[in-house]
Amino acid sequence: MSTFEPTLLARVGKPESQSLETYRRDGGYEGFKKALGMAPVDVVNLVKDSGLRGRGGAGFPTGLKWTFLPKDHPGPIYLAINADESEPATFNNRILMEEDPHQVLEGIAISCHAIKSNKAYLYLRYEYGRSYRVLQKAIDECYAAGLFGKNIHGSGFDLDVVLHRGAAAYICGEETGLIESLEGKRAWPRIKPPFPAIEGLFRKPTIVNNIETMACVKQILDRGVDWFKSMGVPPDPKNPRDPGSYGPKLYCISGHVNKPGCVELPMGITSRQLIDEYGGGVWKGRKAKAVVPGGISMGFLSADELDLPLDFNGPGKAGCLGLGTAAITVIDDQTSMVDVLFNCARFFAHESCGQCTPCREGTAWIHKILARIRMGEGQPRDLDLLSEVAGSMGIIPGTTICGLSDGAAWPIKNAIKKFRPEFEEYIKTGRKTVKSVDALMEVH
Amino acid sequence: MGVLSEELRDQIRAQFPKYPNKRAVVLPALHLVQDAQRYVSIEAVREIAELLELHPAEVHDTMSFYQFFKDEQHKLGKHRVWVCRSISCMLRGGEELLQHMCEKLHVHPGQTSADGKVTMEFAECLGACDGAPCILVDDEAHMNITPEKADDLLKSL
Repeated sequence: MSTFEPTLLARVGKPESQSLETYRRDGGYEGFKKALGMAPVDVVNLVKDSGLRGRGGAGFPTGLKWTFLPKDHPGPIYLAINADESEPATFNNRILMEEDPHQVLEGIAISCHAIKSNKAYLYLRYEYGRSYRVLQKAIDECYAAGLFGKNIHGSGFDLDVVLHRGAAAYICGEETGLIESLEGKRAWPRIKPPFPAIEGLFRKPTIVNNIETMACVKQILDRGVDWFKSMGVPPDPKNPRDPGSYGPKLYCISGHVNKPGCVELPMGITSRQLIDEYGGGVWKGRKAKAVVPGGISMGFLSADELDLPLDFNGPGKAGCLGLGTAAITVIDDQTSMVDVLFNCARFFAHESCGQCTPCREGTAWIHKILARIRMGEGQPRDLDLLSEVAGSMGIIPGTTICGLSDGAAWPIKNAIKKFRPEFEEYIKTGRKTVKSVDALMEVH
Repeated sequence: MGVLSEELRDQIRAQFPKYPNKRAVVLPALHLVQDAQRYVSIEAVREIAELLELHPAEVHDTMSFYQFFKDEQHKLGKHRVWVCRSISCMLRGGEELLQHMCEKLHVHPGQTSADGKVTMEFAECLGACDGAPCILVDDEAHMNITPEKADDLLKSL
């Protein structure tokens, strides 16, 4: 581990890391130039061979996704970049966009060439105002330098990159919700198939990729497949469908640690290492009671599950939904899991888009039941009721269009399974942790 | 001449070349109007629709989905201040910070201070969890906010 050198974050924190001038001095846009000299299909194969899996949460192999585009399509084909980063506790994309925008833009340019797209839309959550200003400036620099626009480097390749701001809605991070929102509609996810690669933005073939994925594409062009595969976790030999978890990953650390932040490490680090070696340990000398492995929709790891590797398979072995965004939130042993779970439930009740009844009603009732428990009025049967409602909503039980609902259900299922005695004790003793600020937030 | 100035109309029209159709300009147009006027009136919705060759109901449908956009009854103050209430901030005092700031301004979340300067709101995760608790002033994040820092920030607005 001591030999590991960050690449994605290598320029972060350096003077004027956002400017085109310093980026080029560090060898920037050489990868794009190299890609322009290659046939698009060769770039696709390179990314496919690297084993790169999407960094947005689902971990779908990026190169494979690109091959789903129709062959010999007359165009237009679109690249939609998902920069709606809204999963609670996740901020790695923000750091990339704010500190090293050209790394992201170069990845976008390379990817557009690979998928034969002349237009990329970068859908940016509204809250990232600083990212917006930094990226817009970087895009303007690229046009002025002839890196974007018509006939780039005399290659005959044209590229336009458009920044599009969202309006504070979590559902826009779902790829078809994002597409609907970009089209000027309410962000109601679409029924799939057709998948976006066949019919996406403006009813044209579309690839939706994450910001960190774009940065990885740029690094793969520069450093090659062997470099990327020298890090991470190879496929599980017992699982023929596992493509492995290769490459560097940005891990976010937040919550009850001494030093919250974002670190780049090879895939497969454990929560315990993140907390102790990179997060400065649990704050106030306390112990961790639970850790959220990758955004709250992944569920919880209990204190005895902190040595599981955080690769694409690790958290699933402990019953979590997956690795998600690899953003860990540490919860100390003085915190009530009832309060934590209530916070998660309130988030999803607020962010459910309302299109599918099991999600709209399920998230709302879960929120209400947990609010009642926090008022000291819980009943023993509430726990089974919560599990039953959570078990009925999502793509996995087959009752909703998108995965928001599975993500809303997962922390409920995990918490009640792993921390049931604490919930039972809370209800039995009539404990009450509701605060006066809760009433203030009910106004909405 | 309606409620949208010619300048605002030009800013909206300047978005057209970026997209293959005008409907995609709904969000950019709503942002432009709300930034300038602090809310989006029904008349503004009609005028946006006319510019984008849509039915006003289509614009309103999109607008009402995003609670971000406010109508006549919920006009925004000069600044919008959001306090994050999601998990990483909640664990480090975000909710108490929200309460403190609301009490300071004598408002509930969603309301505007009597001097019209600040609309207080709560937000779901602002993506600045490395600086929890954090707040957003208009669209600029401020991190590691204590009640004292919050007071100073409010004073500076």
